[in-house]
Amino acid sequence: MPVITIDGVSYEVESGRNLLETCLSLGLDLPYFCWHPAMGSIGACRQCALVQYQNAEDTRGRIVMACMTPVSDGALFSLAGDKARHFREAIVESLMLNHPHDCPVCAEGGECHLQDMTVMVGHRDRHYRGRKNTHRNQYLGPLINHEMNRCITCYRCTRYYRDYAGGTDLAAMAAHDHIYFGRHQEGVLQSEFAGNLVEVCPTGVFTDKTLVHDYTRKWDLQSAPSVCTGCGVGCNTMPGERYGRLKRVHNRFNAEVNGYFLCDRGRFGAAFVNSGSALEYPGLREADGRYRALDHHEALHRMAATCASGKCAAIGSPRASVEANFLLRELVAPENFAPGFSDAEQGLVSLALTLQLASRAGIPSIRSIESADAVLVLGEDVTNTAPRIALALRQSVRNKAYELAAGLRLEPWQDAAIRNLAQDQRSPMFIATVADTPLDDVAAKRFSLAPDDIAALGRAVAATISGKPLPSGVLPEHLHSEARMIAETLAGAQRPLVIAGTGCGSSAILQAAADVANALCDNARKAMICLCVPEANSLGQAMLCGTQAPDLAALQRRAEAGELDTLIVLENDLYRRGGQAQIDGLLAAFREVIVMDGLDNRTTSAATLALPAANFAESEGTLVSLEGRAQRYFPVFQPREERRPSWVWLLACMKEMELPECHSMHHFDDITRICAARIPALAGITAAAPDLHYLNLGVKIPRQPPRYSGRTAMRANISVHEPKQREDEETPLAFTMEGLNRSQPGALLPWVWAPGWNSNQSLHKFQTRAGGPLKGGTAGARLLPTGGGGNGNAATSQAQPARAESTAGTTTGQRWQLVPRPRIFGSDELSALSPALAELIVPGFIELCTADAASLGVKDGDGVDVGDGLATLEVRVNDSMVAGCAGYSAGFSGTGELAALAQVTLRRADAWQRAPELIGSDRGIGSGGGHV
Amino acid sequence: MSELIQALSAQEIAGIDAEIAHVPYRSAVAIEALKIVQAHRGWVSDESLRAIARHLHMSAEELDGVATFYNLIYRRPVGEQVILLCNSISCWIKGCDKIQKRIQEQLGIGLGETTSDKRYTLLPVTCLGACDKAPVLMVGEELHENVDTHSLSRLFDDGGGTSE
Repeated sequence: MPVITIDGVSYEVESGRNLLETCLSLGLDLPYFCWHPAMGSIGACRQCALVQYQNAEDTRGRIVMACMTPVSDGALFSLAGDKARHFREAIVESLMLNHPHDCPVCAEGGECHLQDMTVMVGHRDRHYRGRKNTHRNQYLGPLINHEMNRCITCYRCTRYYRDYAGGTDLAAMAAHDHIYFGRHQEGVLQSEFAGNLVEVCPTGVFTDKTLVHDYTRKWDLQSAPSVCTGCGVGCNTMPGERYGRLKRVHNRFNAEVNGYFLCDRGRFGAAFVNSGSALEYPGLREADGRYRALDHHEALHRMAATCASGKCAAIGSPRASVEANFLLRELVAPENFAPGFSDAEQGLVSLALTLQLASRAGIPSIRSIESADAVLVLGEDVTNTAPRIALALRQSVRNKAYELAAGLRLEPWQDAAIRNLAQDQRSPMFIATVADTPLDDVAAKRFSLAPDDIAALGRAVAATISGKPLPSGVLPEHLHSEARMIAETLAGAQRPLVIAGTGCGSSAILQAAADVANALCDNARKAMICLCVPEANSLGQAMLCGTQAPDLAALQRRAEAGELDTLIVLENDLYRRGGQAQIDGLLAAFREVIVMDGLDNRTTSAATLALPAANFAESEGTLVSLEGRAQRYFPVFQPREERRPSWVWLLACMKEMELPECHSMHHFDDITRICAARIPALAGITAAAPDLHYLNLGVKIPRQPPRYSGRTAMRANISVHEPKQREDEETPLAFTMEGLNRSQPGALLPWVWAPGWNSNQSLHKFQTRAGGPLKGGTAGARLLPTGGGGNGNAATSQAQPARAESTAGTTTGQRWQLVPRPRIFGSDELSALSPALAELIVPGFIELCTADAASLGVKDGDGVDVGDGLATLEVRVNDSMVAGCAGYSAGFSGTGELAALAQVTLRRADAWQRAPELIGSDRGIGSGGGHV
Repeated sequence: MSELIQALSAQEIAGIDAEIAHVPYRSAVAIEALKIVQAHRGWVSDESLRAIARHLHMSAEELDGVATFYNLIYRRPVGEQVILLCNSISCWIKGCDKIQKRIQEQLGIGLGETTSDKRYTLLPVTCLGACDKAPVLMVGEELHENVDTHSLSRLFDDGGGTSE
């Protein structure tokens, strides 16, 4: 390892790094703006200046930019010397020439990297007396606020938005002191990852618009480590609360999962927590159909009495914690517990788990997905089902560029040089889906195929890799050479990756993906397989319930036979799991229906007893992500009124019923421990985070930062007597400022701050090296074999289903195959209730190719009746849609009766009219922007 | 395609396509394409810009970033002739401020402005490469050296059309 000398002190440092990250890793405070650990160096801002000396005799030295300087053995630097210090101070002064100094009214104030750096360089007095440039700001949609005057032209925004996230609608305009970062015209930023601009921008140009309109400074936010519930990826988050409201969600670094970035569903979707339709009191349905509010004692009493006297069944939820589901399953016995998937989805998720357990290929973390050098995506539109994976795939195609760079001995952090070198050269990614996806621009090739043909393509690729002949008639002729080409590319790669998922509802595709991965492993390749599941705990639920769990239909049959009469539903709107008639029938089969949920929905409205369940920000729990990572979320704030975490309701009910199962359960951790002991597949969940007894150097971990203010005043309108801070009896975190937030396990990081580093850039103080994993270890415990421990049997034994004759690219008999087209905003139940995201959600529609639309006599904007009255939806003509398939906006209201892969008739709906559109609340009059 | 033809003439498209033939990436001809359209229309409107971007398979943002970077790509309408007044150091020493003031008196336009008869637009420029003959300015395609208030009046008194 090279030894470098900075200000006379010698350090042994890691080779291959630049001087800036090295300094930060050594704990030296060196100001910077444009460098970002995930995006490398371009040397644009000139802030991270050091003086480098040729040798010991060199007394003058020369200014170098640390971010562009590789560390080399024997190099001599001065960081604290006057020359370097004065240079850095002058740079801040020049960057600040046009800055408006509007910190008091700026949403970034208090967590502003520009503030921190200005203080750090010691710049105080300004010499510039001229006029400042001012800019017109743009309307960029409901999520991001734009305030161009604050810009210091570090270029981080466009480097992130364009280079990293693949967005095309944000660019640097003009030159010298007129530079403007914005869109060609006002309008909604189109990238699904635009929200990261809030954290990437070192000052207040791009800020969180939802926070701006309901503002609290970072130092006044109470935060806790949490996990996003928006999809199955399990990104780590830090939600912030004040006055009982969730104010914002920031990224919580996890080196193996989300790194530095979230998707916009995750960042802006959690606002459902503040919804006005949140349940606050238990409700008992009276004879007249109205609900009477109960207190929690009375509610518990009712619940226990009902459960004790009845023959109980329960429906769990893939969006509720492992612990709550486990308790409920114990309460009613496993044979009476349905996991809470739709009947079709239950088979798919269960298959995804089985295939992964049996797979010889490794199950990659999201970070490992970035390392893939050849990718095959089968059926899944990951940008809309597991968005963070799409961002990882965008990085994976850059491995070609890094390979070229290594040949020229360019370090991977030389961002501009490597992008120039590679131009359009990318590692291969092949995508086979029913229609276009937002990743098409970086794919080597995308195929529009019907689901059965996608599976057939996958099987053909697998057969080719294994050197077997292609079964005739299974794959359309024109795809034979494509299958060979894909097979050769994957087989020739070092780290090939296959991605599929439950998104298009086809088990054949899941199996085909497993076949490809196993075939690659048979040929001595280190293949990876990633199977996407839809919800935050889908995989955990499949692990808990196993493959033999009853589905909804089975429960209904047994209730109708009189074997069951009481149903408990846990955090699950069943009307999203089946058609109206099916769920009506299911609920009607039970005499008593007890529903626990956080928000009012159609299922809670059908309950005989409804219990208000705390949401993710008010409770603790373990979720198992799609990569099989068990992760713990912690309460950010106390639930109000009679809201209780579901596990608290259930445990109290079991205690009231005096069930022997709960005798040794007193705390949340007890449930986790007993669940891990009882369910072999979940044995690892206790390692997801430290238990209640963890202390950080003898004290708890504070949810409030050291400068948390107004604690004595914020309740003064209610009472001037300050209540005692509530003690947290369930977790190692405390609802106070007291305690220590330093070097604890990564699963317990509630916020980041370090002296002199108020912004999120303080993260490097918590990392083993700048950009590296957290000092306390990476959060989460992997429950699936990461290296591929299976024998591949499950996959091959179930493969090769016969190709259904009626489907696949034909319109015989005037029937279309329904294919789900999930959308990042709108397909997920809870995030769709976030007011900001609701502005971006257009009503559900159906996609048809031009020929199909013509044969129906419909055009864009017309209505079409699906399956004789199942749904009436607006038509979008999409020529990338495979003929014979109709893509519907899955999970949207109005599409509840549509089942994936069903064969339906379509008919022009003459009487249909488009629903009126929601107009954005903050679009100023006269601003020309509009939704695209 | 019909939308594209409306915004770009067949001649413009032919000119751009000829440039594309010489380069590995379509977006590499961004500057040439902007110049071609400007040569035909005098300036590059938002509609033209979007049409060029579509033709080059670029986003409008990407192309606008290029277009606005160069001060000789006009993103607003200009007069029949553009007066480029050098204000870099030699011309500044030799009194370009006075020249600018004189133009203001004579034509009634400041920097970035166009005469009401749409004949002239005055723009500043950083060096025209004739520092030894400062102050200099260009009217249309023609360079005028050693300009003083006297020669200025001759330049514009007759309506200014001397340069064509």
